[in-house]
Amino acid sequence: MLYNVENFASHFFVLGDPLIYGADVSIVLVSLAIVFVLTYYKKWGWLWREWLTTVDHKKIGIMYMIAALLMLFRGGVDAILMRTQLIMPNMPFLKAQHYNEIFTTHGTIMILFMAMPFIFAMMNIAVPLQIGARDVAFPYLNAISFWLFFFAAMLLNLSFVIGGSPDAGWTSYAPLAGLTFDKGPGENYYLLALQITGIGSMATGINFFVTIMKMRAPGMTLMRMPLFTWSILAACIIIIFAFPPLTAALTLLLMDRLAGAHFFTIFDGGNPMMYVNMFWMWGHPEVYIVVLPAFGVFSEVVATFSKKRTFGYASMVASLIAIAVISFFTWVHHFFTMGAGPGVNSFFAVATMIIAIPTGVKVFNWLFTMYQGRIRTKLPMLWAIAFIPNFAIGGASGVMLAVAPADYQFHNSYFLVAHFHQVLIGGVVFGMLAGMYYWWPKMFGFMLNERLGRIAFWFFNIGFYVCFLPQYWLGWMGMTRRIYTYLPGMGWTFWNIISTFGAYLMGVGFVFIVLQILYSIRYGERDLTGDPWDGRTLEWSLPSPVPHYNFARIPEVTGRDAWWTMKEAKQKGEMQPELEPLKPIHMPNDSGRPFILSVLFFIFGFGMVFTWYPMAAVAFIGILLSLILRSFEYDTDHTLSVDEIRRTEAAYGRV
Amino acid sequence: MSTIDDGIQEHAHSYHHGGPSAGKEDHGPWKHIIGFVISLLFTALALWMVVAHIAHASMLFAVILALAIAQAFVQLFFFMHISESHAPQWPFHVWMLTLGLLFTITVIVGSIWIMSFGTESY
Repeated sequence: MLYNVENFASHFFVLGDPLIYGADVSIVLVSLAIVFVLTYYKKWGWLWREWLTTVDHKKIGIMYMIAALLMLFRGGVDAILMRTQLIMPNMPFLKAQHYNEIFTTHGTIMILFMAMPFIFAMMNIAVPLQIGARDVAFPYLNAISFWLFFFAAMLLNLSFVIGGSPDAGWTSYAPLAGLTFDKGPGENYYLLALQITGIGSMATGINFFVTIMKMRAPGMTLMRMPLFTWSILAACIIIIFAFPPLTAALTLLLMDRLAGAHFFTIFDGGNPMMYVNMFWMWGHPEVYIVVLPAFGVFSEVVATFSKKRTFGYASMVASLIAIAVISFFTWVHHFFTMGAGPGVNSFFAVATMIIAIPTGVKVFNWLFTMYQGRIRTKLPMLWAIAFIPNFAIGGASGVMLAVAPADYQFHNSYFLVAHFHQVLIGGVVFGMLAGMYYWWPKMFGFMLNERLGRIAFWFFNIGFYVCFLPQYWLGWMGMTRRIYTYLPGMGWTFWNIISTFGAYLMGVGFVFIVLQILYSIRYGERDLTGDPWDGRTLEWSLPSPVPHYNFARIPEVTGRDAWWTMKEAKQKGEMQPELEPLKPIHMPNDSGRPFILSVLFFIFGFGMVFTWYPMAAVAFIGILLSLILRSFEYDTDHTLSVDEIRRTEAAYGRV
Repeated sequence: MSTIDDGIQEHAHSYHHGGPSAGKEDHGPWKHIIGFVISLLFTALALWMVVAHIAHASMLFAVILALAIAQAFVQLFFFMHISESHAPQWPFHVWMLTLGLLFTITVIVGSIWIMSFGTESY
């Protein structure tokens, strides 16, 4: 009996590694600290009422952002550990298995649980405000999306201490990720966490597509929409069409692993390359899902901080849509070396190069927007300017990789690693940080400290080049990705030392961002105007933080850069339209069910990971039950009275 | 017009103008239930045919493909209300359907093209 318990525990918990014991201890301590603080300050009710049950897009956006920053921390720690292991040849710091697990979770977390929630954060916060709407089209579904993401992230992170992390790379290629080569529950964690968060992502894609199509303020035609909203529309189109192949690929692989199917096995008629094919049908459009919103942020930031309207608006829109469509025709460039033949490889190589054209158009448009503009290098603009050379280098190395014959040399080398970090960090992370700085006063009502932010910026930006430029060299010298150690005498040591040093600088940069946020919570300057940057789009017409119903009166849009047009009209002393009397506002009710539903999804996922089917079945019945209960819920919304709106507006000094 | 479409319209409408609550007239979800059952039947049929090996491989491929296309139409008619377009939004419906068709064909034809590697002669 005792032996059985011991045997179970030694497989269930990850034992024998001091780093993981450290993680165990810190997880327990942090959880205890959270419970203690919430209990001590009697905040449980507040947490439930204000956050866990909210359907307000602004609060959901804030929660997405906090989660994304936490995941950035976790993925960043993974990166630091990997770079520390690689600093010298024959480092004894991490074992091979542990290194495999770390690079797998680093990639998975950074793409799916950092980049994705960060773009969802920005779109939740900004899109409804930019189009003059009071919420998204389906606020309840929006809460479900968030909580599914959140619990999927928890599920994947749990693998670290319970059962063992996935270790077949973030792409989880078959047959390595199949049952023959990877027995433990780690890969199951990966498959289930991605499926659960995938449901949330799909719902968000549909939700924002409908929101943008159907809920724009009167007068806001498609060609008057802010470019950030356009970028989200393009990203939503990609989400809607790209996620189904991933869902299918993951489901089939899960059937291979749990039900003994042979879709991607080597024998019995399986075809592992089909998994690779299906994975990249999603995987390539996915990088555009995360980078287009960053482009959108840059368009807003560059126009605002150059005090000019965006140069070439129509070409910006056209290139967004072109990128969205062409992104579906490039996926083979991730596996040119499969050897599908010159016909296939040439087609996808050319398609890949074509995508550089609309991207180049956008870069030139940003430059022309800045040209002769009155540039203010506030934090968002700093990140936007830093993005341009960074992305140009990353884009150029991308076109090099797109040359199919050359790719046979570059494939899976550190050249590739340097390339995609350059576009994903230089594009997405810089973009999301710019967006965070830009909309922070709108979210919280106070400004972030500029000085600490600048220190963070320089550490992160210089650290970035120090870390990743040497990796191009390492790639040329034949260092392949995902190796956990190397021999002295390869000529790699010097560049690896430099690269690791750069990673530490980036780590310092992140610490300064955290310090900046903590300092500014205490001492940050209040934003009383609601328009601290002299903005151009409608979100800046509202007070900061925005009241929960957003607009007391839905604005009439008369031109592009709607808020700028209104400000100009006011300055010229043109006749202001008579203010309409306030009307009652119809709002959705808060609900605890999205949270509970997602907890059930978590339990279902956990049961499936360990093939404890009774547990999974019970949770699944719970999921069905909560869906059915929602169908029979009729009390889903309420109306705010004019008095209430007037009181809230008066508190902001806006009556 | 069906319930879902009403919902969106009403929803958008009421958030802007503070109108009454959405979807007051209720047609019942029968269309969705029927669509759901048909989808399940098609899927079960495909699975059963393959597991039971009722025909040659090439025959099975053809039948599964036919079922998949039928499945797509079930989705379009029972869930996505393709037949219930309004004048102001029809261009978007056509655009999205064209895009969907384009991507579907790319995925299927592309996969066959890519995965039949090694069988071509140069």
